Amino acid sequence: MKVYIERERKYKNVDGKTINDILSKLKLNPTTVLVAVNNELVTEDYKLKKTDKVKIISVMSGG
Amino acid sequence: MVCKACKNKPVIRLTNNNKGLCKSCFIKYFEQKTKKTISKYKLVDKKDHIGVACSGGKDSTAVLYLIHKIFGKRPDIKITAIAVDEGIKGYRPEHLKYLKKFCKELKVNLKIVSFKEEFGKSLDQIIKKGMYPCSICGVLRRSLLNRYSLKLKCTKLVTGHNLDDEAQSILMNQLKNNVKVSARLGPLTGVVKDNKFVPRIKPFYLLTEKEVKAYSFLMGYKEDLGECPYADIAFRNDVRSMLNEFENKHEGTKHSVVLSFLEVLPLLKNKYRKGPSINYCSRCKEPCSKESCKVCDLVKELKLKV
Repeated sequence: MKVYIERERKYKNVDGKTINDILSKLKLNPTTVLVAVNNELVTEDYKLKKTDKVKIISVMSGG
Repeated sequence: MVCKACKNKPVIRLTNNNKGLCKSCFIKYFEQKTKKTISKYKLVDKKDHIGVACSGGKDSTAVLYLIHKIFGKRPDIKITAIAVDEGIKGYRPEHLKYLKKFCKELKVNLKIVSFKEEFGKSLDQIIKKGMYPCSICGVLRRSLLNRYSLKLKCTKLVTGHNLDDEAQSILMNQLKNNVKVSARLGPLTGVVKDNKFVPRIKPFYLLTEKEVKAYSFLMGYKEDLGECPYADIAFRNDVRSMLNEFENKHEGTKHSVVLSFLEVLPLLKNKYRKGPSINYCSRCKEPCSKESCKVCDLVKELKLKV
């Protein structure tokens, strides 16, 4: 599955059954990101479908 | 997981109580918590002129929106947005463009002041190899915000600081043995009242950075305007990473840091209020803790315009 990492402005190929799996494989701390699936925010236990479009958003302030 | 309040699909899980909330329940929770913080810590008084420090980023956009939503219809309360253009190429102009549009939509007056006009140089021109941009920018920016809050006759200055920012500041001061500086923290800043200081207030004091970002996303504020190119250099970044690692392993850590600090804050304020009386800078006559203020020290060191 292609996952868009907003902070890096690029896609990465990651597979997983849930958002937790994806974050874990990308070594991302769930405290520091929000995840949108099909442009709607979801919690880490969300079960992914093949057609889902996943975007990972960093919560850090721009400064 | 379902929304704790209405059983709908959740958009966020709150880490301090493991509660999931759907979009409408989260927005309600966020706005109520902001109102409660303002009321609990008596952040706004009747007839206040509220200056809102805005950068065009998510935190200050959200705080401006909510201050306007809560107080915008009060005839005795005035609201003015104040922004500082530090002069960071490829970063600040885009934020300010967005902020101007946002203020126009809200019908809130916006005052923009710049380093270039006030100090003769932009931040990009000031920063040279080996310097710490965040500490220089922070001192100059805070000074301009206070100076223009006074000029505009603001009685309070709102900032978008959240629970993460505060937890980081508390820890940074501990790690640098700067407890006296911590005494100035809290939802209402400052230790000693002085006519030349406009008290700064933090309505998002008890909301996490993740909650602020989620609120901004759900409210449709413009995202992805980029991060400050100087942000990674800060000592704050190390403390932020440490706290986030801890939060991931031990949920509720950041809340614990801030809530336990709030327990001792009155003691700290009391201790330093009784200290030596406030000094005034020998050059600019602004209140400060030493013989000259940090701004004047920087102006001299960096050969800036007064």
